[in-house]
Amino acid sequence: MERSTSRRDFLHATGLGGLAAGLGVASAVHVRPAHATPAAMHDAVRQVVGTARVTPGRVKLDLPPLSENGNTVPLTVTVESPMTEADHVRVIHVFTEKNPRPDVVAFHIGPRAGRANISTRIRLADTQTVTAIAQLSDGSFWSGSANVVVTLAACLEDAP
Amino acid sequence: MASALINVPERARRGEIIEIKTLVSHPMETGYRRTQLGATIPRDIIRSFVCTYNGAEIFRAELHPAIAANPFITFTTVATESGTLTFQWTGDNGFSVTQSATITVG
Amino acid sequence: MPGPPALPLRRFVVTVIMAAIAASAVAAEIPRAERRSGYDLMGRETRAMQDDDTANPGMLFVLDGESLWKKKTGAVKGVAARYPAFDAREGRPIDLEQRINRCRVDRQQAPALAWESRDLLALTAYVARQSRGLPIDVTIDARTQPFLDAGRAAFHRRQGQINLSCSQCHDDLWGRKLAGSVIPQAHPTGYPIYRLEWQSLGSLQRRLRNCLIGTRAEAYEFGAPELVDLELYLMWRAQGMKLESPGVRP
Repeated sequence: MERSTSRRDFLHATGLGGLAAGLGVASAVHVRPAHATPAAMHDAVRQVVGTARVTPGRVKLDLPPLSENGNTVPLTVTVESPMTEADHVRVIHVFTEKNPRPDVVAFHIGPRAGRANISTRIRLADTQTVTAIAQLSDGSFWSGSANVVVTLAACLEDAP
Repeated sequence: MASALINVPERARRGEIIEIKTLVSHPMETGYRRTQLGATIPRDIIRSFVCTYNGAEIFRAELHPAIAANPFITFTTVATESGTLTFQWTGDNGFSVTQSATITVG
Repeated sequence: MPGPPALPLRRFVVTVIMAAIAASAVAAEIPRAERRSGYDLMGRETRAMQDDDTANPGMLFVLDGESLWKKKTGAVKGVAARYPAFDAREGRPIDLEQRINRCRVDRQQAPALAWESRDLLALTAYVARQSRGLPIDVTIDARTQPFLDAGRAAFHRRQGQINLSCSQCHDDLWGRKLAGSVIPQAHPTGYPIYRLEWQSLGSLQRRLRNCLIGTRAEAYEFGAPELVDLELYLMWRAQGMKLESPGVRP
């Protein structure tokens, strides 16, 4: 029941929560048996970076501040890098704090990309912070974050 | 069945950075959803996406259940020579789709 | 599993809706000049998803439909804009999905495709795509008028446990918010639509059933004449608006 608490709090915060619930929102939400926590995200990040220092900067994460539906949220990640043989981005990891698990995607690129600029669409189970961490060719790690408010569709149908 | 929709420019100048857009049909079932009767719907996702340019890997992604259904990924590459870009998506339950596109570099 | 909300919440819901409706001067139908596609009311990112064919997931279904259709023909251009249309054999209007299935059964001796099956959605998307940009143009005459009237009556009839009519939200409260979502005018300009909530393409009948479930009314079965009457009324109500299929909606 923990999982529905945050959603319900969010609904109430919008003022029209009751109306949305009445129209079926509560009857077919995503099942989130155990959602990750900022601590779980921290652990997932540590798995990737080990004991290395992660410096905020160079990584820009573009997500709509307010998403119309958490099932499909456009995401673009850009890393400042000359993308040369000597100085480029090797991999970009994306993490969330409140999805069932923190890992979202990892993109492996190299100097042949020309630019470190990738887009995709992700799922967000709740309003939360999304973080991207890039590893450069010198082994250093850089990060960027964005906050997304996830709103709910007004009318849902029954679960499958 | 057309399972994937790929957009690669037909021609490019040598050294030009081109944008590649890919869209593939897949439900990306998370493994966290349940039926109304409470049974867990098993996970069924694409786990990997690889793009090669004349045989050399230029882009690779590892996907998790948080990637939206019908995965959409766009990325860039430097147009180095004429040839073929091959795209391969692989995942749970033996899922595998391969598609290619040609590019003329002048 | 999140169960249905407890009763007090349900009462609260009804109170909220009644308050919202009482506060609004109950309008009749939306004047022609004020009609707006759901497209205009959605966010920039969702509009971008629809606008770019290489980014619109509905195009995956259009491509599937094209290969199912096999031989390319221009004959289906504009067809989607004219359905539901009167069918002499049924003695009543049928919608685009029913028309496609009729063709399969009668002309191809193939079995009818199930509602919301990938193949039926793909064929519908393929046909509808060829009417993109064309104005909705359903025919209302002596034969279809009674069904239009039935659809209109259904749209204005309060129903379900919430005792709510379609019109109360979509004629009177459009543009306002329901939780975080903008209430649209309910013009069927993009069907079949790729709905982010569904994470798939779906028909207008699926959307109508969805609305009925939302108002806690008993939803009609797919293919029910009541749903086709509603489709006809909605298409007539959107007469002249341009088709966007396959649309993307939140």
